[in-house]
Amino acid sequence: MANFIQHVVAGLSNGGIYATLALALVLIHRATGTVNFAQGEMGMFLTYVAWSLIYSAGITYWLAFTITLVIACLDGAAVHQVVIRPFERRPELTIVMVTIALLLILNGAAGWIWSPQEKFFESPFPLDVITVGGVVMNAQDLGVIGVSLACVLVVFLFFRFTRAGLMMRASAVGPATSKLLGIRVALMLSAGWGLAAMLSAVSGMMAAPVLVLTPNFMLIVLTYSFAAAVLGGIDSPWGAVAGAYLIGVGISLLSAYVHSVGPELQLPVALAVLVLVLLVRPAGLFGRVVARRV
Amino acid sequence: MPLLELNGVEASYGPLTALHGVSLAVEEGQAVSILGANGAGKTTALRAVSGTVRRGGEILFDGKRIDHSSPESIARLGIAHVPEGRGIYAELSVQENVLLGGVVRRDRKAVKRDIERALDYFPRIRERLKQQAGTLSGGEQQMLALARALVSGPRLLLLDEPSLGLAPTAVTEFFRVVRTLNQEEGMTVLVVEQNAKIALASTHFTYVLEVGRVALHGPSEELREHEGVRASYLGY
Repeated sequence: MANFIQHVVAGLSNGGIYATLALALVLIHRATGTVNFAQGEMGMFLTYVAWSLIYSAGITYWLAFTITLVIACLDGAAVHQVVIRPFERRPELTIVMVTIALLLILNGAAGWIWSPQEKFFESPFPLDVITVGGVVMNAQDLGVIGVSLACVLVVFLFFRFTRAGLMMRASAVGPATSKLLGIRVALMLSAGWGLAAMLSAVSGMMAAPVLVLTPNFMLIVLTYSFAAAVLGGIDSPWGAVAGAYLIGVGISLLSAYVHSVGPELQLPVALAVLVLVLLVRPAGLFGRVVARRV
Repeated sequence: MPLLELNGVEASYGPLTALHGVSLAVEEGQAVSILGANGAGKTTALRAVSGTVRRGGEILFDGKRIDHSSPESIARLGIAHVPEGRGIYAELSVQENVLLGGVVRRDRKAVKRDIERALDYFPRIRERLKQQAGTLSGGEQQMLALARALVSGPRLLLLDEPSLGLAPTAVTEFFRVVRTLNQEEGMTVLVVEQNAKIALASTHFTYVLEVGRVALHGPSEELREHEGVRASYLGY
């Protein structure tokens, strides 16, 4: 039993990393109507920025973390204004291609600026283990779980209870109507991109100590997060977060108890489950169909 | 000086010209209707005012040119446009829809007051605040759209075919509120309608559009007796 809980905690920690990025994917999907394939690479690039702040500029971890979030917000808004808005009225596929191009550009640029060699990225959490009633837990895992839950909570409260959050949701679901109400829709969508970039930066900075920082380290995180978002319902923030924790825990338990599933088979098995779920529930586990009366 | 004035306004959708030099005026405190067949340019005239279509010519609101302003800026000047199809956020709650009407206003006290006033006009909306807006009936959605417009504290209300798709009782109820707003609060209203009967009965002045031009205009009372209007729009 103690072992089981240990595996669940480890899974929730990975799930938290996927959850923050999955939430970013959902925000963009709601705001722009497309999947941003560059979301993971934006997180990767911003993690390198944090790395530079810590190891080149010598700033302490949490200050670097905060500065990176500010840069992330501006960066996300800039990407929306410069890269996405010119293609706003184009078919969805065009925007998807643009995000894939951005993925490759960021990946190449990071390798060019910081070299493709592996870099050490410190964890803000102690390496101690905490034992509660015979269950051994990494402080690192608990810290990541805490940070991811805090992010989810802050995003939820922001959208649910602030005027800016309401304007951003309105701009996403009804841009034409929102303009008629005086809401600056383009600004709101840029803010959404900024928020999504902040989430992907958090995801990257939480993942880097576990995975080792290279230009490719977020690709696997993006794959799991994308799976989580689709599993939960690409338009449902709660669904995406739940999907992420489910996938994190599922994979952790799978590799612990089913020995035929080695590290190589984790991703295929996870995606096979995903495909099966979507066969039964096309809107995702928590996706809902909007009620409409005509 | 009229509150709203259009001088030789043209508008087009790509290569398609929808308005060929329309001129009209709405005095402060007046209710004015625009009648016309499908494709006459009624909706386009409203969209030219709110800046949601490419337009040329001169549009003045309160004496100031607005024909180069963005829809967002025009809305903030106090022009509330209830679009065709109502523009309800179906995914959001009724309450959120109402709140969004005043979301960009600085004076939060005035917003609170206007929300109460709007909900007093539409008790059915007050009862359904927690509901998802998409689950409202067509008539209720039209009420919600007007309530939301009132929360923006407008000086001019633009209503685009509010009767479209509504049951006759819902149309009567809606226009009763519009008349009260106009007559008791002095709200200036410009309404586009296919339902000529109710529009002529609810407004002071009427313009008739035919293929993008003003074909006829005059006090609504006189147009009710006009041969052509009776034959084309009233059907008797």
